[in-house]
Amino acid sequence: MSEQTIDLKKRRFLTGATSVVGAVGVGFVAWPFLSTWNPSAKAKAAGAPIDVDISKLEHGQLIRVFYRKKLTWIFKRDAQTIANLKTLDAELADPNSVEGSKKQQPEYITQNYRSIRPEIAVMEGVCTHLGCSPTHRPELGAADLGGDAWKGGFYCPCHGSKFDLAGRVYAGVPAPTNLKVPKYHFVSDTLIRIGVSPDTHEVKPIFKSNKLT
Amino acid sequence: MDNNKNWIDQRFPLTKVWNEHLAEYYTPRNFNFWYFFGSLAILVLVMQIVTGIFLTMHFKPDELSAFASVEYIMRDVNWGWLIRYMHSTGASAFFVVIYLHMYRGLLYGSYKAPRELIWILGMVLYIALMAEAFMGYVLPWGQMSYWGAQVIISLFGSVPVIGPDLLIWILGDYAVGDPALNRFFSLHVIALPLILVVLVFLHIVALHTVGSNNPDGIEIKKNKDKNGIPKDGIPFHPYYSVKDIVGVVVFLMIFSAVVFFAPAMNGYFLEHANFIQANPAATPEHIAPLWYLTPFYSILRAIPTMFDSQFPGVVAMFAALLILLALPWLDRSKVKSIRYRSYPYKIALVVFVVSFIVLGWLGMQPVTYRNAILAQIFTATYFGFFILMPWFTSIGETKPVPERITE
Repeated sequence: MSEQTIDLKKRRFLTGATSVVGAVGVGFVAWPFLSTWNPSAKAKAAGAPIDVDISKLEHGQLIRVFYRKKLTWIFKRDAQTIANLKTLDAELADPNSVEGSKKQQPEYITQNYRSIRPEIAVMEGVCTHLGCSPTHRPELGAADLGGDAWKGGFYCPCHGSKFDLAGRVYAGVPAPTNLKVPKYHFVSDTLIRIGVSPDTHEVKPIFKSNKLT
Repeated sequence: MDNNKNWIDQRFPLTKVWNEHLAEYYTPRNFNFWYFFGSLAILVLVMQIVTGIFLTMHFKPDELSAFASVEYIMRDVNWGWLIRYMHSTGASAFFVVIYLHMYRGLLYGSYKAPRELIWILGMVLYIALMAEAFMGYVLPWGQMSYWGAQVIISLFGSVPVIGPDLLIWILGDYAVGDPALNRFFSLHVIALPLILVVLVFLHIVALHTVGSNNPDGIEIKKNKDKNGIPKDGIPFHPYYSVKDIVGVVVFLMIFSAVVFFAPAMNGYFLEHANFIQANPAATPEHIAPLWYLTPFYSILRAIPTMFDSQFPGVVAMFAALLILLALPWLDRSKVKSIRYRSYPYKIALVVFVVSFIVLGWLGMQPVTYRNAILAQIFTATYFGFFILMPWFTSIGETKPVPERITE
């Protein structure tokens, strides 16, 4: 054997190349493991649209259903309540949902009462601050919520955020945005389908609503 | 006997390890009360692992049966109540011990060179322990388990751009439910305990490489006799192994008293709302994490919403934890121990400890106008301690540090 010199440059290259290929391999193997954390087929199926019958819903009444495991409210407002909503604008953070709250509702909901039909409201009962569920406080002039100025709404017990009866957030509370309005539409006069926008291709609901109250 | 020992020593460094880490591991001779908490932390870790193994044998990580399986442990499993209360009390005891252990580090400058890595490993341990405790608290699937998880996990949803997808990925569903419970169980009983044990091992390896600090903040290795043994050092075993047993006995007396007479600690160790099964339709009147997480929860709440997002508060909360990692480099003082520190540092340390305790208390209280202002003031002093540290550790007059341990 002739005298050999160690080619350090080549050795460094080979070490580097092997490491890079190895790292790519680790990345590929990591993917299935990380992906198991995404919702399973079962969880996705359970997140299918739901139908809610509102034929027995009365003025002032609020029913709670679960859509995608999230508490969702459906409630009926009378003409006076809807009229009151307009008087609150000055106290709200984003009354017309055009700033930070724009993404909190589908684009076909643009009015200040934040619903397809003025009297029927549909929204997630999940506080936009840290995910607690605000309490329904419809009574006018509740002393603990500002007295005469209170026109009914929702109060979050966790950190004190306040929302009006259109789910619009008051200014100066921890919650940053209005309550979220899910996609929904009216299948008939008395049937709401949550999870599907109007005028989109029909998707048959898999589950009936699990009404609580 | 000697033959057996030789047989093993040729195949495994038993005697070598025993000597290097116990019988001939020299520790400063002036350890005081504050030096009990390292060994107590190991004791609690072992206790949590043993009780945890036995709880796992009876617990069901399923949203429909988890709560009932905990009640089953409490009522039907022989001695199940004892093992569960040891585990739940152990969680709070762990943080009591760890907070005192960390305070010792602040008191005697144990994080300063050459012990920066011990401090950093310890801080990573502390953060891993918080994750472990949080996930453990979700498992019984009571109201606080559920809504606590809802609040803490929703923090990740506030991350800009990727937040909503990240949230669904963490939960494995659109909201807190069975997949989250199941994966938290896995992380709580396998992944995090393994990480904790490895980190404790590394923490101790780093400690034994540089040796312990002491209440005088003197390096005993600077003064050795002709055999190379530190003049102010004594072998860990039997001197401190025996002394630590005294600490263990006193600790177990207090621990047992809590387990037997006040396991819920009036809502501080087990919150009242957690004795009610999780109900996704009704948030409890008042939500607060367990006491050991409340200082950081207060900081989270103290930062107001900015740019239509809760994210700045989340950043502040994590910053409050991560800034502790920088401590070894923020402290410019020439001396380690509080005994020889300048007055500005002593005052700052008092302010810091008061801030931490007040924030902890505020985190358990409902938000009122007064509490919100207080939380903001003490959040400012909490961060002020770290941000101003390079300044207040380099002013004021320090006392001369003696060559040898004084007492």
